[in-house]
Amino acid sequence: MRLSRPARVTLGVITAIILGVVYVPLLVVLVNSFSTSTALTWPPPGFTLEWWGKAFQSAGALDAVLTSVQVAVISTAIALVLGTLISFALQRFDFFGREAISLLVILPIALPGIITGIALNNFFRTIMGVPLSIWTVVIAHATFCIVTVFNNVIARLRRQGTNLEEASADLGAGVWTTFRLVTFPQLRSALLAGGLLAFALSFDEIIVTTFTAGSGVTTLPIFILNNMFRPNQAPIVSVIAVVLVLVSIIPIYIAQRLSGPADQKR
Amino acid sequence: MSQALVESRPRRTAMRAGSAFLTTHPRTRLALLLAAPLFWLVVVYIVALALLLVTAFWSVDSFTGVITTEFTLDNIIEVVTGSLYQTVTLRTLGVALAVTLIDVVLALPIAFYMAKVASPRMQRVLVILVLTPLWASYLVKAYAWRSVLSQDGILEWLLAPFGGHTPGYGLPATIITLSYLWLPYVILPIYAGLERVPDSLLEASGDLGGKTWPTLRLVVFPLILPAIIAGTIFSFALSLGDYITVNIVGGTNQMLGNLVYTNVGAANNLPLASAIALIPIVIIFGYLFLVRRTGALDNL
Repeated sequence: MRLSRPARVTLGVITAIILGVVYVPLLVVLVNSFSTSTALTWPPPGFTLEWWGKAFQSAGALDAVLTSVQVAVISTAIALVLGTLISFALQRFDFFGREAISLLVILPIALPGIITGIALNNFFRTIMGVPLSIWTVVIAHATFCIVTVFNNVIARLRRQGTNLEEASADLGAGVWTTFRLVTFPQLRSALLAGGLLAFALSFDEIIVTTFTAGSGVTTLPIFILNNMFRPNQAPIVSVIAVVLVLVSIIPIYIAQRLSGPADQKR
Repeated sequence: MSQALVESRPRRTAMRAGSAFLTTHPRTRLALLLAAPLFWLVVVYIVALALLLVTAFWSVDSFTGVITTEFTLDNIIEVVTGSLYQTVTLRTLGVALAVTLIDVVLALPIAFYMAKVASPRMQRVLVILVLTPLWASYLVKAYAWRSVLSQDGILEWLLAPFGGHTPGYGLPATIITLSYLWLPYVILPIYAGLERVPDSLLEASGDLGGKTWPTLRLVVFPLILPAIIAGTIFSFALSLGDYITVNIVGGTNQMLGNLVYTNVGAANNLPLASAIALIPIVIIFGYLFLVRRTGALDNL
């Protein structure tokens, strides 16, 4: 199959249009963050920097960012360890129940958040009698973050095979040395990519979070939900969104740079 | 030199002994790998889900609001036979199917362009462009669509000169917003699936006289079907449980998630909420069971 030039151009145009439409709502948010209207009306009646100034002085917003970062970092760390362990088990071993376990890993993300949310809410509160706190959020987030690490690591393990590890063992290296010097360096970019996705997933999660967060725990999505419909807070929410999008480009760019060369080998 | 020789000889340490033991005992290695993640997933997740199922067969004392742990089928019967639940289930299914269809139709050309047409440099740029919106908060994106679709929003402003109008808030707005939210989740698995299709297969098909459409239909499509299904699992499942988007842009329409949420919160009837939650669980398990054989679950 050789795509004709018109076909390539058509595909390119379709891609450009769809991606363009994807960015329109984000641009609307960007413009609204400078708008004098607090009701998100279009076209914006005027320009102001008031909201940007207020957002960086809002103690609530800064606290929420801090809480979200804490939750995302701890749940990503847990997910990295558990996801890597389970990828090794499923990729390097063949055993009874292997398929069931791979289903078990994807279940927390395949089931709607509301089900994970009330299942955990019910489990923590009525069954275990544990009060909801930041740790119940971390436990919930880590559970559904495992799958992103798992996907990246198992794909890498499948691609790299075991030749180098066997060579390392033949040359006298033990299990730990082989892992540290041969396996881990090959996995590093997959772990980074999986970790970044896990972080993003946790940072943005709202449904499971509303069901598992204690009353004093305000993550950024909860802060946004609480403030979205308040007239004077809505533009500040827009500012936070713009900052988040801008800040996120850097880690994604790094992840792409790291995993790019390995992907091109195919 | 002599130091290098000494260093290269394995020393008998506990680490070394452990390593030797693990090398000769693969089952122990497997058990050690699986212990922690399985403990976590089973204790935290499976037990919680199982208890949710059990809770659906309990009831709430209407006077005290305390959960009675006596077996009853009342909630299940109410959910299966109640016309409210049937209507809302059908509406939710319809929305989830429409969202999934729209996302697959939009994702296929983008993923194909990214994987097979774009230069490696362009490819990297496109992956970033697809991933970046994922980092914007889900809520802000839904709220942005509320603003885009509103009566004095940008869509009305764009369409009014041509005699068009914004759909306003309702089910169409919910479908548009949900399709928008889940599109990257559908593009990425399909893109990854297309990346795994070797270019040599496409060339072989071309050399054997295969035109573009037959090649896409007979060579590419069967190879990426598992990846497409993997993408649909995301959009379908995420739409089935959503209640926040429909609150923001859906007008007065309710989806299954809203019924669950009201019964957990305001109505404080966790057993009934659990029984309603069983509907999407059954639907999703049915879907996963159907697609299990296609290998889609390895493509998530």
